[in-house]
Amino acid sequence: MAKLKELSELREQIELCVKCGGCRAHCPAFGADKQEGRVARGKIALADALLKEQVDLEERFLLDMSQCLLCGSCYSQCPNKVHTEEIVAATRREIAKRQGLSTFGKGVATVLKHQGLMNLLAKGGGAFSKLLFKKVPEQSGLRLRFPAPFISSDRTLPPLTSKPFRERHPEVIPGTAGKPTVLFFTGCGINYMYPDSGEALLKALQFLGITVIIPKDQGCCGLPAVSAGASATVEQLANDNLAMLRKHQYDYIVTACASCHSGLTQIYPNMGAEFDTYKEKVRDIFVFLVEQGLPERLAELPKAAQQLRVTYHDPCHLRNHGITKQPRAILKALPQVAYVEMEGAGSCCGLGGTYSVYHYETSKQIGAKKAAHIAQSGASLVATDCPGCIMQLQDSINHAGGQQQAVHILDLLAEALP
Amino acid sequence: MLEQSILKQLEEICGKDHVTTATADLICYSYDATQRQYRPDVVVHPGSNEEISAIMKLANSARIPVFPRGAGSGFTGGSLPISGGIVLGLSRLDKILEIDEENLVATVEPGVVTEQFQQAVEKVGLFYPPDPASLKVSTLGGNVAECAGGPRCVKYGVTKDYIIGLEIVTPTGDIIKTGGPTMKGVVGYDLTKLICGSEGTLAVITKIIIKLLPKPEAKKTMLVLFDSIDGAAQAVSAIIRGKIIPTTLEFMDGRTLDCVRKATDLQVPAGANAVLIIEVDGDREFLDKQAAKIAAIIKPLGVVETRIAETPEQSEALWQIRRSVSASLRRVNPDKFNEDICVPRSKVPEMIRKIDQISDRYAIPIVNFGHAGDGNIHVNIMIDSKVPGQSEKAEKAIAEVFAGALELGGTMSGEHGVGIMKAPFITMELSDAGIDYMKTIKKALDPNNILNPGKMFPSDRAVAPAQS
Repeated sequence: MAKLKELSELREQIELCVKCGGCRAHCPAFGADKQEGRVARGKIALADALLKEQVDLEERFLLDMSQCLLCGSCYSQCPNKVHTEEIVAATRREIAKRQGLSTFGKGVATVLKHQGLMNLLAKGGGAFSKLLFKKVPEQSGLRLRFPAPFISSDRTLPPLTSKPFRERHPEVIPGTAGKPTVLFFTGCGINYMYPDSGEALLKALQFLGITVIIPKDQGCCGLPAVSAGASATVEQLANDNLAMLRKHQYDYIVTACASCHSGLTQIYPNMGAEFDTYKEKVRDIFVFLVEQGLPERLAELPKAAQQLRVTYHDPCHLRNHGITKQPRAILKALPQVAYVEMEGAGSCCGLGGTYSVYHYETSKQIGAKKAAHIAQSGASLVATDCPGCIMQLQDSINHAGGQQQAVHILDLLAEALP
Repeated sequence: MLEQSILKQLEEICGKDHVTTATADLICYSYDATQRQYRPDVVVHPGSNEEISAIMKLANSARIPVFPRGAGSGFTGGSLPISGGIVLGLSRLDKILEIDEENLVATVEPGVVTEQFQQAVEKVGLFYPPDPASLKVSTLGGNVAECAGGPRCVKYGVTKDYIIGLEIVTPTGDIIKTGGPTMKGVVGYDLTKLICGSEGTLAVITKIIIKLLPKPEAKKTMLVLFDSIDGAAQAVSAIIRGKIIPTTLEFMDGRTLDCVRKATDLQVPAGANAVLIIEVDGDREFLDKQAAKIAAIIKPLGVVETRIAETPEQSEALWQIRRSVSASLRRVNPDKFNEDICVPRSKVPEMIRKIDQISDRYAIPIVNFGHAGDGNIHVNIMIDSKVPGQSEKAEKAIAEVFAGALELGGTMSGEHGVGIMKAPFITMELSDAGIDYMKTIKKALDPNNILNPGKMFPSDRAVAPAQS
């Protein structure tokens, strides 16, 4: 049975923090307003104080704990390697345990747990956002549990597909004999928002003769529920996905979403030993494609007469796991791409899953820096490897009045392949 | 707890959004890198010198202590609110006001982060050399208050060598200017130098005028492995005797190298018992010559291996050994006392030997690295505070380390300052008359002991604590 850690089980992690303040240089939420409660060091002090019963779940405590994108930037730069993102997620679960999930958290939990409901909502188009992002009445005490969750009307959201990706294909798409078989963990982003990127992935795998399994009964990886502190939902999703993974025969599990990759390789293995067996098989799609020699195959293609200037944004959940070279290797090998590196490619875009729903204004401030860097790079396209980032990058570019497009690298790859 | 009327007045001065007594905020402003915690009664984030002036006047009339705070990255507790009162967060004053390329002068607010300032001036071909290890985090106001140093000090000097003027709010709430944007100026006492390194006890810094240099065209990094710390120290003297002042001369002792070997896969040969990282900067065409000259000078001094970087990436790889130290120390023991003694640079090997003996005597690992070029040794006393008796042993070891440094003509702090951590030891270094002279200054400028009380001077000799 999958089981997430309690905050009290993270005491050693908490004690590892020596309050040096190094995290202040890397935290996107702190960068936006310079409050000590925003930064890893402050949150660890608050988690410690909660365990020692030195602080109640007062409004300010909840606000500070909600001000974290779980991006892991602090961890990647911390000299003592303190997993603040785990401490914050566990604190949010502790909050939910003590006073129940926030309304938004309940919405996230309900939707994520029921794939049928997700399909229905997606097909219903706008209904999805209305139900999920309903404004909580001012007088509701629930509002104090987390800041009022709502989606701003000036936000760019991708349209939801009327036919989710997984419903478009049979469960098994055979490839060439002797080539590996992969299980495609689509994630919600590709299934409901960016199915064309899923089609692009299929095209790339078929180009290489790979057999693809797209299980119908796969669910959300659970990362949005981790962010919302909904532990029961995370555990249920992990168990359901584990049951699904046991049913099929494959060599690799590929993801085309940084968050799903993080869920399968970082969150699940903390929840039980069996997940380790599957962790070994998980590959980000570009790591897999590089391993399969795709850049060399791309080099054989004729160069395009007109090249697009493209830059790359590192999704936090790949960068923090050391996956930075492979997506760039694929981009650089594309015949129609003139690659440019932008300043701050590795800094968070500001989405942070549910973070941007609670804190859209701060999220926009973080995104504005990113949009400026994209503009300075002179690129017309910013490519990345995470549907959430694509959504946020496009929103940030639109707010900045830019003309650039945010795309999945897979979309560019599909264009290039014969 | 402060009276409601005081809080109301603070809100009137700074605005409601910038005054907080929420427990979560009091916790978040209760610590620094010393890992000590003291909760203030209120945290305020003023937005201007006038607001700070009004806060100081209010604090004086109500006898409430005020603790100015930058990034809270200090190692000696300089910003800790040890007796409650007001924490004065200066993060809103974070603007670079001017970079004057014609006069090579910049004016900044205290909350500007050091590295961001360095990057801003380097973009226009200028250079601000002081580079404390915390430069990505620490603020210029904090750097001035503590007179921060860093590896480049051997060639370029410390923070106070670049501060030519300040705007300050005095402990009694007046706004005054010291020095100014000219390269020369001898009118009156040099208050600028007095404030630099005064650890926030004499003034709240609200504006800083900084002298800049032209940015050196290039730099070259060498990493030299020696068979003993003596060889490394003799190399430092030999290089300087050879009329070359490198930008940095960083060293790591044998115990540090052992940590790096155990914790990383960086290549450190078995015969190496000390390392120097030597960096020279200046015109590109001279750097190869200088590197060759240094290599020739140090060759007879027990050199095991010399690595010279040809590209910025290779240079970064050489620095990686130094950067890996901090994380590798955690494998020795979980808790660390980080002291920063300074001795005449020729005495570095003798000091290291003294420290090794102290380490053996107390059976506590002590790991040393630091800035060999100026004799500044970072002494890391590694303990597990959960083991009974270890903290007490560490305290004794620290006192012996300080005594050892003073015997060699050194000082108990090269760059961290005194704060609360070294206050109990200050009488080892300063005479009673010297301390009284300093306290006379403090008392004259801060008659009610409002500003950052309890810092620097030992508690039994402190000015009477403020009533809150």
